[in-house]
Amino acid sequence: MERATVTEKPVISLLPGQIGKKIGMFIFYTVLIILAVFQILPLIWLLFFSLKNNQEVFNTPLFALPSPPRWENYVKVWVEGNIGRYFFNSVWITTLSVIFTVLLASFATFAITRMHWKLKHVVLGLFMVGLMIPVHSTLIPLFSFFMKMKLVDHPLSVILTNIGFNLPLTIMVLLGFYYSLPRELEESAIMDGCSVHRMFFQIILPMTSPVIVTTAIINMIYNWNEFVFVNTFISSDQYKTLTVGIQNFIGQYTTDWGAIGATLMISILPILLAFFFLSDRIVEGITAGAIKG
Amino acid sequence: MNNMMSDKKVIALYILPPLLLIVALIYIPIIMTGYYSLTQWDGIGQMKFIGLDNYKELIKDGMFWKSVYHSFLLAVFSVISLLGYLAVSLVLSGKVKGANLLRKIYLIPMLLSSVAIGQLWLRIYHPSNGMLNYFLSFLGIENPPNWLADPSIVLYAIFIPIIWQYAGFYILIYYAALKSIPPSIIEAAIIDGANPLQLAYKIKVPLISGVIKVTIVLAVVGSLKYFDLIYVMTDGGPNGASEVMASYMYHKAFRSFNFGYGSTVAFSLLFICMIVTWLIRKLTNSSEEVQY
Repeated sequence: MERATVTEKPVISLLPGQIGKKIGMFIFYTVLIILAVFQILPLIWLLFFSLKNNQEVFNTPLFALPSPPRWENYVKVWVEGNIGRYFFNSVWITTLSVIFTVLLASFATFAITRMHWKLKHVVLGLFMVGLMIPVHSTLIPLFSFFMKMKLVDHPLSVILTNIGFNLPLTIMVLLGFYYSLPRELEESAIMDGCSVHRMFFQIILPMTSPVIVTTAIINMIYNWNEFVFVNTFISSDQYKTLTVGIQNFIGQYTTDWGAIGATLMISILPILLAFFFLSDRIVEGITAGAIKG
Repeated sequence: MNNMMSDKKVIALYILPPLLLIVALIYIPIIMTGYYSLTQWDGIGQMKFIGLDNYKELIKDGMFWKSVYHSFLLAVFSVISLLGYLAVSLVLSGKVKGANLLRKIYLIPMLLSSVAIGQLWLRIYHPSNGMLNYFLSFLGIENPPNWLADPSIVLYAIFIPIIWQYAGFYILIYYAALKSIPPSIIEAAIIDGANPLQLAYKIKVPLISGVIKVTIVLAVVGSLKYFDLIYVMTDGGPNGASEVMASYMYHKAFRSFNFGYGSTVAFSLLFICMIVTWLIRKLTNSSEEVQY
């Protein structure tokens, strides 16, 4: 306590260097906060106009609170605009894609990091190079392949491509975690007469659950937002996901701002919720995926 | 022990399903794109092998080169914006209160779908009712240009939401890299009398040069293959003023049903991405890695 009072010398804060530092910090904070406002203001505006009718959108200030909030916009697009169907398509296609991506990526990472075989570095290389391939340079053959297989306008085409194109990133995030697992673990498991499959499913998979959660969240976001594959392979309303569904829906209702806003809000809400509860995991996953590349 | 973990059947069981998927969905299609690029084909009828004719046409195709130019312009913009992100991250990783919350806020746009972002920004640029012109009117600018209809502006108008979308991503990467610098190095530099600017420019930036290289490759290649917001917002228009390589390929293949020529554009896109990646790696490798 005494020492603290001794070191606190208010005079020093008046020295030019200290004032400069304070002004500097003030400028820094201002810039950082302006950037934060720039990043979220469009979304706040979106929330506001999703709760207004056209008359209010055109005649009241942009950031006037919607009063009363017109929740009927949401009900309307959910019921009339097919948004409910697109939403459920997104949910189940995303769910299946995430489960299989994470499972198959765990298979591959397990085989590459724990088993002994000659070509494993070549195979790992194939997965890593896959990260850099532009999706568009594979799109035409994929389309004609799915056409031959009668998978065009079938959700399986989207699920398969979702899995294939997210495997490399998922494996990359898993690798670091697998390398850090102690080898004694599987040695003792095998000593106890455990088979490889039991070891994988009962020991390795549970042990990697933190990183599995991380990769599952990242995959969920990427699959939920996937646009090009659905737009190219799926043509009937029955199988469209939210991204393509709302693109078409909005094309028809270009003048109803409230309906458009409500549609967009519904499409981003699951992501915003996931972000609200799991932001640390999302940050961790995106950082791990980017830097190791 | 080793026998079990090198059992070929077990290994095949684990590696083949994922391996076959990426070979079937990524590698075989690339080879097929290369082959299709030498044909004349509408996707349904008879395929006709025409050698390098598509490439000869491509070289003379003004619209293709325009789209290449636009893609490279986006790449230049993205790399310049990296400087801004680096500056922000340097500030953010200092002793800033709320840094963790701020970097999460910055990240939000990156998590949203391109369709949602594109549709939202179409409204932001809306001539009579958009957020941008609303704010501009406060600054006394009463006759703003029609952002997305003016061919000389539209491309830059789309660059803004692309940068908006990815800002948080790069800030996140730089922030994580800067935070992983051992504090002892920073302390030693401060004791030696380094001011904050020197500390940033001479100590921190060189220490994360490896990460900076990665982000340059990500930004350039990501820009060259960029498609989503262009397609959602303007579809390459007006009159090709915002066409990029990927959207040009998409139009040729899935609008004009010219699968052969579309493949030529797609293969050139892949080739350009590979060359540029290789060039950046080569150019940035001359400086030696900093060890700590």
